Amino acid sequence: MDWLQILSNTASSIIGPATIGYALAAIGLAVHFGFAGLLNMGIAAYMAIGAYSYAISILTFGLPWWAGILVAMGGSVVFSLILGIPTLRLRGDYLAIVTIAAAEIVRLLFLTTTFDKYTGSADGLSGYHSSFRDANPIPPGTYGFGPWTYNETGWWVRIVGLVILALAVLIVYVSMRSPWGRVLRGIREDEDAVRALGKNVFSYKLQALVLGGVFGSLGGVVYAMPSNVNPGVYGTSLTFFVWTALLLGGAATVFGPLLGALIYWGVMTLLSNILPALVTSGILPFMSTTQAQTLRFILVGVSLMLLVIYRPQGILGNKKELTFVK
Amino acid sequence: MTITGRLRVRNLRWLFVVFAALLAATTLFSASPAFADVVGEDEPFRISGNVKNQGVPLEGVLIMVTGGGHDAQVRTDAAGQWRIGVPEKSTYTVTLDESTLPDGIAVVEGSNAQEVEIGPSGRITLNYFIGQGERNVTSFADQLISRLINGVNFGLMLGLAAVGISLVFGTTGLSNFAHAEMVTFGAIAALLLGTTVALPIWAAIPIAVIVSGAFGWAMDAGLWKPLRSKGLGLVQLMIVSIGLSLALRYIFQYFIGGGTLQLPGANTEKLTLFGAVSMSWIDIVSMAISVIVIIAFACWLLFTRIGKATRAVSDNASLAAASGIDVDKVVRIVWIVSAAMAGLAGVLYAYYRPGIKWDMGAQILLLVFASVTLGGLGTAFGALVGSIIVGIMVEISGLWITSDLKFVGALGILILVLLVRPQGILGRKERIG
Repeated sequence: MDWLQILSNTASSIIGPATIGYALAAIGLAVHFGFAGLLNMGIAAYMAIGAYSYAISILTFGLPWWAGILVAMGGSVVFSLILGIPTLRLRGDYLAIVTIAAAEIVRLLFLTTTFDKYTGSADGLSGYHSSFRDANPIPPGTYGFGPWTYNETGWWVRIVGLVILALAVLIVYVSMRSPWGRVLRGIREDEDAVRALGKNVFSYKLQALVLGGVFGSLGGVVYAMPSNVNPGVYGTSLTFFVWTALLLGGAATVFGPLLGALIYWGVMTLLSNILPALVTSGILPFMSTTQAQTLRFILVGVSLMLLVIYRPQGILGNKKELTFVK
Repeated sequence: MTITGRLRVRNLRWLFVVFAALLAATTLFSASPAFADVVGEDEPFRISGNVKNQGVPLEGVLIMVTGGGHDAQVRTDAAGQWRIGVPEKSTYTVTLDESTLPDGIAVVEGSNAQEVEIGPSGRITLNYFIGQGERNVTSFADQLISRLINGVNFGLMLGLAAVGISLVFGTTGLSNFAHAEMVTFGAIAALLLGTTVALPIWAAIPIAVIVSGAFGWAMDAGLWKPLRSKGLGLVQLMIVSIGLSLALRYIFQYFIGGGTLQLPGANTEKLTLFGAVSMSWIDIVSMAISVIVIIAFACWLLFTRIGKATRAVSDNASLAAASGIDVDKVVRIVWIVSAAMAGLAGVLYAYYRPGIKWDMGAQILLLVFASVTLGGLGTAFGALVGSIIVGIMVEISGLWITSDLKFVGALGILILVLLVRPQGILGRKERIG
């Protein structure tokens, strides 16, 4: 077993596009669930809308990459309005079922052969990179040290992703300390009390849904930016994985989603390297390498259960902040 | 009297003509630009062929491949060629849609629907020869009836699962996402008993249902009861059930792999009832079993002491406890009953698809939720009505929209119901909050 390689892969995953994408999606979910108390089980749809809007606006409409990002943000706003205006009056677990159903509808619409010309149906989309790579100011070459050595494209994706992530964290940090954020948290704790103070609860919830949704779709963009858009990714499992990352870090915190995504991908990368290595070196003789990869997802499920039961506030959270009352 | 009667008949006929025209128009417009001549490039096995009219290639003819839980359709390209990738080395039915041929010609050698088996090379070629001839048409009425029958069958199966989810919600307030895995569990238990233990299938299925019931009891005793006494909130419990669903789903994948497995006797001959309407023995038996089990369940819920106690707990748990009902016992029985029924639903679904897959339950979970919501959360009979409506709708909608979008309608209904009448058809208003 090559421990150095395994540790290096794990360290490298810390600033991988997948981690940044999950972190952005988890921040969006933190705005929805952690701060506004909206039980959104459709974050995968936001990520799908982000990724597909980005890829389709480049491939079909020939827009530059930055316009693709703007289209992705716009797409998520439209989806939030369609989803939110009718559903935000529903109670928590009803909202969960509606959002998960809406996410499944979005996924099926991207997957169907009916719109094959635009979405590539089951094959997904790829080959939308040229505009993004042409805008790269970094001269060709390999940079970095230790595990964090990437070529100019690798760095360009990571830098853009990290800048978007930093902006998202800043926006959430500032807005949650503003009066607006306090009203939002008030809604999470007691909707009726806030309504009694004369606030328009519905409008605040919708604003939170739109803001979090934009982060979710940006997460989808960053996730798809270096590689391709594969419709198999955006199932309900993705939603649950992002939820696991969020609850791990702490739902009602600003930096929790970051930490959660980082640990999630760190552990996943570590396990995906260690488990097959253990199998091939004969330490786990009863398992095949495919089974070793499946084992990781069993562990995700189990850790999601344990987290919610024993530490619902997450690593960074404060027990008083998140009571899951609704 | 007679005049109005005749008028009504004429109106109906007109309606039918307009309807048929609309149908033709939608199929023409929606389908023609949409399909590629090659689909499923990344699948390991391949079915391909040529469509020629006396040596002249035909473009834009619709070819459909079904079998082993897989569905795909392509249109022929300018050279009359098509290619479909399929996931497994098994038997598939290839159908040429004769309505997409130019007028006046039809498939002349053999039928337009043919069975092909993928050989050792992993690929097979099937050529259609077209010429002057009678078409093999399935009339709209026949299609409608056969889809209706399938829909009822599917709906009854959904009902078996939905009733359980609804009872659990009614008695404990939990929206149980892991119910999907209880469905898969039943199918896998039947598979293990039927193939590994090699029991005859008539013995394997009842034992699988009993094992499923035991699994339900174990989940309640090992997880849900301790969590209830720990005082977890409903949302927390729901997320725990999501975690459990993920874990179980991947545990199934760990043991049976990512492919599709078949129960013994899954591919039986179809009996032609009339016209183009056909059913297999399995479908008939499956419907009979569902109906019998559902009637037995209804009698249990309506007439036995435990059934009455269950409804009392559903209505108001604290009041039921105060009047001497052992709520924990009722909840335990509800878990056993709903897990057993979910297990049975899994076995029947494995025959309906056909095939067993690690995420087969998760595929219909949202349909089950849709049925439960449509009927009214927490009401057992509402769930039943809802499932039959959803089952029929999923099948019938296949007449107009492509098969890969057939679940969209049902999910749309779910959202619509929650918006317009959140208490569902048979629910009461106070349940929503």
